[in-house]
Amino acid sequence: MDAMVQPATSAGASQTAPAKAKVVARDVNVYYGDKHALKNVSVDVPDRSVMAFIGPSGCGKSTFLRCINRMNDTIPIARVTGKIEIDDLDIYDKSLDVVQLRARVGMVFQKPNPFPKSIYENVAYGPRIHGIARTKAELDEIVASSLQRAGLWDEVKDRLGDSGTGLSGGQQQRLCIARAIAVGPEVILMDEPCSALDPIATARIEELIDELRQNFTIIIVTHSMQQAARVSQRTAFFHLGVLVEEGPTETIFTTPSDRRTQDYITGRFG
Amino acid sequence: MSTHITKAFDADLRELNRMVAEMGGLAEKEIADAVQALTRRDVELARRLIAADARIDALQRELEERAILTIARRQPMAIDLREVVSALRVAGEIERIGDLAKNIGKRVLDLNGEYPSLALIRGVDHMGGLVLSQLKRVLDAYAARDVDAAMEVWKRDEEIDAMCVSLFRELLTYMMEDPRNITFCIHLLFSAKNIERMGDHATNIAETVYYMIKGEPIALERPKADTTSFTPLTAQG
Repeated sequence: MDAMVQPATSAGASQTAPAKAKVVARDVNVYYGDKHALKNVSVDVPDRSVMAFIGPSGCGKSTFLRCINRMNDTIPIARVTGKIEIDDLDIYDKSLDVVQLRARVGMVFQKPNPFPKSIYENVAYGPRIHGIARTKAELDEIVASSLQRAGLWDEVKDRLGDSGTGLSGGQQQRLCIARAIAVGPEVILMDEPCSALDPIATARIEELIDELRQNFTIIIVTHSMQQAARVSQRTAFFHLGVLVEEGPTETIFTTPSDRRTQDYITGRFG
Repeated sequence: MSTHITKAFDADLRELNRMVAEMGGLAEKEIADAVQALTRRDVELARRLIAADARIDALQRELEERAILTIARRQPMAIDLREVVSALRVAGEIERIGDLAKNIGKRVLDLNGEYPSLALIRGVDHMGGLVLSQLKRVLDAYAARDVDAAMEVWKRDEEIDAMCVSLFRELLTYMMEDPRNITFCIHLLFSAKNIERMGDHATNIAETVYYMIKGEPIALERPKADTTSFTPLTAQG
């Protein structure tokens, strides 16, 4: 159980070892009916780091994000081709259990979406349905540690029975992050996690993302260039369904090599 | 460069460029005046150019404020960020050039018309002309975002350095011949060194133009022919 909750954490090792690719995508194409939404995207996402996906609305960045935990399966007209591997496991393999995949690849959405249940139940729900905890004590432990890692514990420990929806927006988003990490994922996908939050709540989430990357591989879609520059180690720029440029974040934001990237990040796109 | 979606951002950047151009124009005039005041023993001109330097200083402060405001307001990225940072740097270099010209002006006041050798003055005059053309070219390269033109300036600085060294040797000989020449020669020596430093600032501007356009610092070693720090030994021997 511990191995699931604390996934492959050998403290310190992540500092020195060169980041190997956690997620490998090759020639990924997505079609919504006739619309070719994502074109031949290939990218390596290094383990235990933050990668930011940026680009104008409709560029395919969220579409690609949703490929990584097969959320596009839920859209009937969506068709995905190409290959995505997580630790050499082909996630589009026919025999793969999608529910298990989504336990390994957690997701946080734009709008905080806690269940209309207690704070405790929001976090306990995942571990319970995945059979991660055998006893009530174990479940309590998972709920507490997840809330701690999401930086929410001190604010809610005395009112775990209160409704999750009664929290502030920023707290709700951290509750959703606690809920995502409770099932012991390896990869966390974040689709504009701060766009509904005020600057202080945003700063808290960014601080949290920086801590979480010690243990998780995080991919974040954001419309805030400053946010991408602040939180990520690598940045990928998408435009019209194409991955235009991918590289170290400081390079993308200071000396991008592609004109389209430069035009976008400097606010010159028509 | 295509325009920003926010037009006011373009206006901010244009204003920074305009202020750099204005500062550059004033500095060019200051160099010309300093050299002319020195060669023609024109104390009045020296006074005017000393007073005129305040305008360059004021412009630099104004430019800094605007640049900081632009960073705070627009959070420029990539080329925009490099443009703002470059404007700050170039303004700093121009301000230093102005100070050096002003210093020559002060030396003209000190000399108060006592010039034992006009031949030596011609060397300084020639150096001044060269530096002035270097500064003009590099400011044009900055305005035109022309990295090749900037590199031409960068390569030519060696020539000024070499002239400074040869003038330094001549002055040493002159001072050894007659100690009464020392005051004049020291002022001339510092004036020559000031002009040589102006050339270095023009070279710095060339490097900034390179950085602004290429996005990385220049990787080459700067050409150097100023060996005045080693010269005394060789001159004596």
